[in-house]
Amino acid sequence: MLADYFPILVFLGISVALGAILVVVGSVLGPKRPGDDKMSPYECGFEAFEDARMKFDVRYYLVAILFIIFDLEIAFLFPWAVVLESIGWTGFWAMMVFLGILVVGFIYEWKKGALEW
Amino acid sequence: MDMQMLTTLLWTVAKILMIVVPLILTVAYYTYAERKVIGYMQSRMGPNRVGPWGLLQPFADVFKLLFKEIILPSNANKFLFYLAPVLSLAPAFAAWAVVPFDDWLVLADIDASLLYVLALTSMGVYGVIVAGWASNSKYAFIGALRSAAQIVSYEIAMGFALVGVIIVAGSINLREIVLAQQGGIFDWFWLPLLPLFMVYFISGVAETNRAPFDVAEGESEIVAGFHVEYAGAAFAVFFLAEYANMILISALTALLFAGGWLSPFENVPLLAETFIAQPHAAWFLGKMFFFMFFFLWFRATFPRYRYDQIMRLGWKVFIPITIVWLIVAAVFVLLGWVEQGA
Repeated sequence: MLADYFPILVFLGISVALGAILVVVGSVLGPKRPGDDKMSPYECGFEAFEDARMKFDVRYYLVAILFIIFDLEIAFLFPWAVVLESIGWTGFWAMMVFLGILVVGFIYEWKKGALEW
Repeated sequence: MDMQMLTTLLWTVAKILMIVVPLILTVAYYTYAERKVIGYMQSRMGPNRVGPWGLLQPFADVFKLLFKEIILPSNANKFLFYLAPVLSLAPAFAAWAVVPFDDWLVLADIDASLLYVLALTSMGVYGVIVAGWASNSKYAFIGALRSAAQIVSYEIAMGFALVGVIIVAGSINLREIVLAQQGGIFDWFWLPLLPLFMVYFISGVAETNRAPFDVAEGESEIVAGFHVEYAGAAFAVFFLAEYANMILISALTALLFAGGWLSPFENVPLLAETFIAQPHAAWFLGKMFFFMFFFLWFRATFPRYRYDQIMRLGWKVFIPITIVWLIVAAVFVLLGWVEQGA
């Protein structure tokens, strides 16, 4: 049982190693000629002004929160979907109540304009 | 005992390399195919100088990128800057651990393989965010924010589409999902789940930041987006990850909605006994290449969406569609119109 997951662990290791090796090989083979202008952040040819750690639109944050709610919902739906046939209509309606609550929230945020860009 | 473990480990590594090496070659020739296909769609030749018909072009590109300087921007966070490409490449490759190529041909046949794939593809967004933040460049930062918001938005529609597949398949194991589609082209899940199939594939295009959803790297406004500060091999890793992800999405679409390695002619009267009605890994690869072609076709055909249009499509069109069709699929199963797992 647990042995089934061993190849996955090895695969994860190899994937990380592959990326790391490519970056290391690139930095060994490539030239290193640093210069002030070359190292400055790209800003369409202008001198970079201010730091890039700046304020950003709150809507990105909002999307992240909504994503967590919906992604959790999907995680709940997974086991329900697998056994749907055996839990029958009772299970169906139970999930519909839950989904209904979520949809009410979805409509609310839609009307509130959280999805406007 | 130790000897036995070592053999197991080496054998596992050998099997993994048998997936990884062809995958890298596929990425290499996918980039070549992309330039050729889009070239011909625009009445150009595409690459035709390096090797016969330009066939060695991908290798020329790889060597060029490897010998370029990796520029570390002066204000960048060094560790995160180098970590980001690895973070974006690793999930794109590791997800292949559970992809079944044929009924018997799968590296790790774990029970919840679809859950594993969903988890790993979600990890990809970290590479984007970390790259954008570590670069300490405004273009990279804004590109990363846009990219991340877009990826997570479409992931919801994608997740709901997956739930639809699970409802009709009755399993979260990729191999069993394919086996639940036996019976020929009209028994594959694309038919009962047609809206989910389309939402899934289009979301896949948006997830990988490909045209027409490529505002994150819209050349005309924020240049290359989150990887604007990356050069040389570090950029190549991002590039590799993007193409590996496109191939992964195509493979998953083939498995979940187009019958994986099953033949489309399975129950056609005259053909049923012939070899073209037999399941084979070649069917799976053929379907995968078919969906891969769509990525290129889209890029040559559609103009880029505006960012507000992308977010509207994801939240206001795809999510309602998937929720409704999810309920429809559940009702189908409960009424016995579609049998779960068959």
